[in-house]
Amino acid sequence: MSRNRDLLSKIGLRLDGRRPDELRRIRCKLGVFTEPDGSAYLEQGLTKVLAAVYGPHQVRGGRSKAQHDTAIINCQFSMAVFSTTDRKKRPRGDRKSTELSMHLQQALEAVIKSELYPWSQIDVYVEVLHADGGIYTACVNAATLALIDAGIPLKEYVCACTASLANNDVPMIDISHQEEIIGGPTLTVAALPMSGKIVLMEMSQRFHMDHLEKVLNKALQGCKDIRQILDEAVRLHVRDIGSSTGWANTS
Amino acid sequence: MPQKIQIRLASHRVSTSVAVNQRYPKIFTPGEVITSQNEFMRGHGTYEENSDLKASVAGVRQQVNNLISIRPLKSRYNGEVGDVVVGRITEVQQKRWKVATNSRLDSVLLLSSVNLPGGELRRRSAEDEHMMRQYLQEGDLISAEVQSVYSDGSLSLHTRSFKYGKLSQGVLVKVFPSLIKRSKTHFHNLPIGASVILGNNGFIWICPIINNSEDGASGFIQNLEEVVPRQDRETIGRIRNCILSLSQSKMMLYDTSILYAYEESLKYTVPELLVQEAMVDVAILTQQRLCMLEDT
Repeated sequence: MSRNRDLLSKIGLRLDGRRPDELRRIRCKLGVFTEPDGSAYLEQGLTKVLAAVYGPHQVRGGRSKAQHDTAIINCQFSMAVFSTTDRKKRPRGDRKSTELSMHLQQALEAVIKSELYPWSQIDVYVEVLHADGGIYTACVNAATLALIDAGIPLKEYVCACTASLANNDVPMIDISHQEEIIGGPTLTVAALPMSGKIVLMEMSQRFHMDHLEKVLNKALQGCKDIRQILDEAVRLHVRDIGSSTGWANTS
Repeated sequence: MPQKIQIRLASHRVSTSVAVNQRYPKIFTPGEVITSQNEFMRGHGTYEENSDLKASVAGVRQQVNNLISIRPLKSRYNGEVGDVVVGRITEVQQKRWKVATNSRLDSVLLLSSVNLPGGELRRRSAEDEHMMRQYLQEGDLISAEVQSVYSDGSLSLHTRSFKYGKLSQGVLVKVFPSLIKRSKTHFHNLPIGASVILGNNGFIWICPIINNSEDGASGFIQNLEEVVPRQDRETIGRIRNCILSLSQSKMMLYDTSILYAYEESLKYTVPELLVQEAMVDVAILTQQRLCMLEDT
């Protein structure tokens, strides 16, 4: 209990000086690579993530996998060996990476209008360059941007956010690595912010049922805030490209 | 020969934007409601939910009568009949070749839609089927035209004209398909001494000047013996670098823009053109000249 109190100081500030309902700074950039169809770079605090999207393209490696009514969505999550404090042995293929790949795939399958692309495949690769808490959320947000950059139809943005409970009473969002270590349950939510649907929810520890609602609401509010930030970045990017090409292929 | 190596920090990155300050249309992003009146039909890049018409891609709105579609600024190549494409053979199958054309699915080139050597009107015999790999094998580059679009979205190509066929010596540049401007002709013999094929699918082929005077059925002859003079190769290299700098700054590619970029690039040597500052400089100067051309 005493450790838990440290999450929030007496004047209501967190370890890094944020208020409980403040996100870390999000900076993002679309179209960072030329080879993939779509790519994005996203910083959420110190967590840095690159995402690349290839496709939709012909199914590679065994045509039997191809689906006649939808596209296959293939996600690969990997963490650079230098992304954590102690050097990782392998960047992908371990249990945690495989699990995160599957979760990412679930979140993306919920938004991609894959029925438009029969017999095809969409590859999404995410690479964590610097892990500082909220890896999954950063990956989902970066993957969304990369998919939009690739021009793949989405129902809407899918955004993810973490939330936790400080002092057994104050919900706070966007948990950093430091706060994850100190303790407190972390709730990860991936949601469609416009319609309020939840596509993935995960908890690291248990806490009392009574608190769930307010923590969840905070996390959903966080998703909405993130969507605003991503949306702004997308608009800026589209405007920039459009002005360079003179809107030639669009009018 | 001493080589200059350029290594720079990420913080010294050059902004590649050459955006011209002008009015921009309304931009739609995924999930945004376009209209809630249901008298409109939904086109590409839109979907209907709760009787609202919503955007599914980030782009600008296009309306033809009652049909509303949202066009993304970047996507895979969507073929249309009559497009010129450049592609690479990936597979040889029964009576057909599979061609990678940067499209959603691999395209098909049927044996019956190529001009075989030795006369135009010739029956395709079983022998021809066995000879298929001799005409085109995996990895060969071809230029072709889109003949039709199948229901699943894959393309059927044809090379029934002397313009199309196997490509021999030259350089391939890949750009995003939306950067290619649609025009009457996509084959350009540039006056600076090189030919350019601007494939609608974003594949650009640069090669020495082609003489069309040769016999018509030469579509499958690949002359790799002939040595292209050094001057021609430098021109080709320079055009390639110019195209890269234009596409890096997201400028439209067509004969005029490539020519202007070439002329503006002459103050640099060919390897210097790969330095970020030089690339942006060329793009900005080209953009200015194009704007002046538009104003007059």
